Amino acid sequence: MILAVILLLFVAGALAWASERLAGGNAPRLVSLLAFAIGLLWAVLEWRAGATVDGLYAQQFIEWIPRFGINVILELDGLSLLMVALTMFLGIVAVVSSWDEIETGKGFFQFNILWVMAGVVGVFTALDLFLFFFFWEVMLIPMYFLIAIWGHENKGYASMKFFLFTQISGLLMLLAILALVYFHYAASGELTFSYKKLLQANLGREVTVWLMLGFFAAFATKLPSVPLHTWLPDAHTQAPTAGSVILAGILLKTGAYGLIRFAVPLFPEASQDYAQWAMLLGAASILYGGAMAFSQSDFKRLVAYSSIAHMGFVLLGVYAFNEHGMQGAVVTMVAHGFSTAALFMMAGALQQRLHSRQMARMGGLWTHAPRMGAMTLFFVVASVGMPGLGNFVGEFLALLGAFQKNVPLAVAATAGIVVAAVYGLHLMQRSFQGAPNPDVAAMRDFGFREMSVMVLMMLGLVWVGVYPQSVLDLSADTIAALGVLP
Amino acid sequence: MTALQLQALAPYLVLAGGIVLLLVLVAWLRSHVVAFAGSLAVLAAALVSVRLAVDAGDQSIDDLLRVDGYALFFLALFALAALATAVLSHRYLPSRARHRQEFYILLVIATLGAAVTASATNFPGFLLGLEVLSISLYAMIAYPEEGRPPLEAAAKYLVLSGAASSTMLFGMALIYLVTATLAFVEPGELVRNDRVILSLGQALLLAGVFFKLSLVPFHMWTPDVYQGAPAPVTGFVATVSKGAVFAVLLRYALDAGLLDADVLRTVVVVVAALSMVGGNLLALLQANLKRLLAYSSIAHVGYLLIALLVAAAPGVETGLGVEAALVYMAGYFLMTLAAFGVIAVLSSDPAPASESVLPGGSGDAEELSAYEGLLWKRPLLAAVLAVAALSLAGIPLTVGFIAKFYLVAAGVDGAVWVLVWALILGSAIGIYYYLRIVFALAKRPEGESTASSRVRWEGVATVAVLGATILALGVYPGPVVDFVRGLTGP
Repeated sequence: MILAVILLLFVAGALAWASERLAGGNAPRLVSLLAFAIGLLWAVLEWRAGATVDGLYAQQFIEWIPRFGINVILELDGLSLLMVALTMFLGIVAVVSSWDEIETGKGFFQFNILWVMAGVVGVFTALDLFLFFFFWEVMLIPMYFLIAIWGHENKGYASMKFFLFTQISGLLMLLAILALVYFHYAASGELTFSYKKLLQANLGREVTVWLMLGFFAAFATKLPSVPLHTWLPDAHTQAPTAGSVILAGILLKTGAYGLIRFAVPLFPEASQDYAQWAMLLGAASILYGGAMAFSQSDFKRLVAYSSIAHMGFVLLGVYAFNEHGMQGAVVTMVAHGFSTAALFMMAGALQQRLHSRQMARMGGLWTHAPRMGAMTLFFVVASVGMPGLGNFVGEFLALLGAFQKNVPLAVAATAGIVVAAVYGLHLMQRSFQGAPNPDVAAMRDFGFREMSVMVLMMLGLVWVGVYPQSVLDLSADTIAALGVLP
Repeated sequence: MTALQLQALAPYLVLAGGIVLLLVLVAWLRSHVVAFAGSLAVLAAALVSVRLAVDAGDQSIDDLLRVDGYALFFLALFALAALATAVLSHRYLPSRARHRQEFYILLVIATLGAAVTASATNFPGFLLGLEVLSISLYAMIAYPEEGRPPLEAAAKYLVLSGAASSTMLFGMALIYLVTATLAFVEPGELVRNDRVILSLGQALLLAGVFFKLSLVPFHMWTPDVYQGAPAPVTGFVATVSKGAVFAVLLRYALDAGLLDADVLRTVVVVVAALSMVGGNLLALLQANLKRLLAYSSIAHVGYLLIALLVAAAPGVETGLGVEAALVYMAGYFLMTLAAFGVIAVLSSDPAPASESVLPGGSGDAEELSAYEGLLWKRPLLAAVLAVAALSLAGIPLTVGFIAKFYLVAAGVDGAVWVLVWALILGSAIGIYYYLRIVFALAKRPEGESTASSRVRWEGVATVAVLGATILALGVYPGPVVDFVRGLTGP
């Protein structure tokens, strides 16, 4: 069933492309919307149906390349389910947010969105390392196209940088995967890429450190963590709205997911040894991302840097090596998916209306577009970590976890929340409040289409903020099953 | 000669007989269509007769050739590549040459030469096949009547290739001096002086082979010849000529223990690393698609040397190296032919200069700028070129990824870590220029899209099949893996 859903997205992509020629009009968008809606419905149904004894909601096994012990192993456990549902939901957001933004080549545009998301769903469910890498790379090309074709003024540079960073770090991971498989083969005589079998691999300390670093490089680039983050501000800023929504909302989470699912459990000792360093990178990302966000004059770029800061909490939480930290990371992933997607959608809407992302060209927009103002305020407040909303729960738990492991770093990271409040309110102040900018005569407010997805994301954040237990329950089994926490 | 031997030789006999038949046919009836159809029929018959040859089992023909799965695999690849080349040339030639019939005969002769090279088990067979191949190629490169570039390319190829052949001959002579046989056999115990002479001979042989494979530092001729040659022929040179030479090199290395000597091993490692990194670095600077692909092919053959090193490592019994080489070769054939195929299709039937959308120096659509926005004008062709470029870059969903995966797996297995790292580095550099192709294709046209030149369905269908195969094998490589394993397995 999982494979069917992934294939559904692939096929819908081809259909959307073809439908531009056959039917025209809104057909590609409708195909895309329908595919994501079916995917979301499927995720919800699997969730309602409940898990089996071993915590799985769905699983699938198909022989693929027996020569190398490579199989299609797809499993949907709590964490995967959470991420897949988020993926499908953000797919809908991405389609809606670009509804009237993209006019040229809209069929190919939807094709790319659907193929990125197909790759993402694959990444979240694959439990064969080869298959995982396969999907990991499948995400790249369509994303590259989204930026390179429909991006803004500097799209060539941004798309190339995005691709080079992720691809090169991906190659390191591929090498690490192959080396891991080979060493396991040399030790046990069984050639396999199966995650569960490789978990049992017993390798020397020296080797595992290098392998761990190979995985870490790929995931830390995707996350991204300082100092591998430089692709992100460019890619996010230059991407079309839907591209930014997907990038920030879900693609970054594949890095976080990779750390939780692969980097840490496959190499627990090596990860423990280097946990302090990873946490240091996390804290550095939080402070650096915050400081850089504050100094931006570009609305979208500011939000992009804030993503780096938020992902710093994920890194901090994962390498705290306790339940609080890990859970905090997961909740942050979900909450950040909503809040940043909404802010990027806002940035896209502003650019479409004002033809600029510069905050100097904004100011006092609330009077023209109160609905947009209110929405921005809500998501900015969520993003800076207001209690009662999702981000707060995630960051609080991540800090709680980090505090048990390393007090100075946790304190430094907490300062990041203060920085977040500064840049968040700064953003709000310069765009929607203050004296109305005389250059802006009138601006169209959000209509029903935009408001409906905004409200859905609001509800999501409030839900996670007020009743985080529902998310925690879903991921708790997965985290326990990783078997790395004391 | 036994009946079984004859049966094993069937594809070779079909090709050779076909050449004679075509000669007679062309002398009798000078028709482009007939020559074209005739060559297709001969190549197809050769492909069908491979089945017969397989049934005959492994056969040695007077120590000259060995017709086994390995040789037949290459023969089939060559015949398929020749088929694609013939179809692509069919529309490419008319505007460039008045007498087009002989081209197809040359094509079949070259295929036969390549097939003989790939099945050679001694030096005469090796040289015979190689020269039959090369001499046909000179003529094929120079085939267009108008314009200087093809002539220049052919002359350059002729002179340099001749020099390489003589280097190889000298190497063979030195080897013969020591081993006293022309067959590919491992030398027995040797005294010190003999060892030196043998190594010297093998080094000279390798130098010639590296030249034909256009590996750094013997690569200088490649970009010029690739650029000057007519696009369908470039595709043929890049695949069949290199494939044949690599096939015989691997066979010689396996049979004669070429890489048992540490010196030669080191030489191959250095050349491979230089080719991977150098080829990719030089490709970065190219604005001409044919030259870009030329440099990229240098890097790809560099990657292939990993398979050679693993397969021919002393004391290694696993067939992973050979398997990786064959899989990589198949993938390389597909993607290179697809890339040059798209160039050929777009260069066929050029409209009068003023209307031509895709102008180029040699009449081919070879400037990268000519490909800008192709995705919006000709989605199918652009998609095939994009798939080929991404496959060359080794991105998943394409056969290029599977092939590269095989090489890395073989490299890790054979512990040639230097080259594995060089491959990673080379691939990382390579992504940049392959993506430039894709970026150019996807560029949105600024103004109204101009009326494009006509493209014909046969060419489009050929490259579309190649592109679809790249994707299909990228997603489900099982058949090819099993097939190759069947050839190399115990």
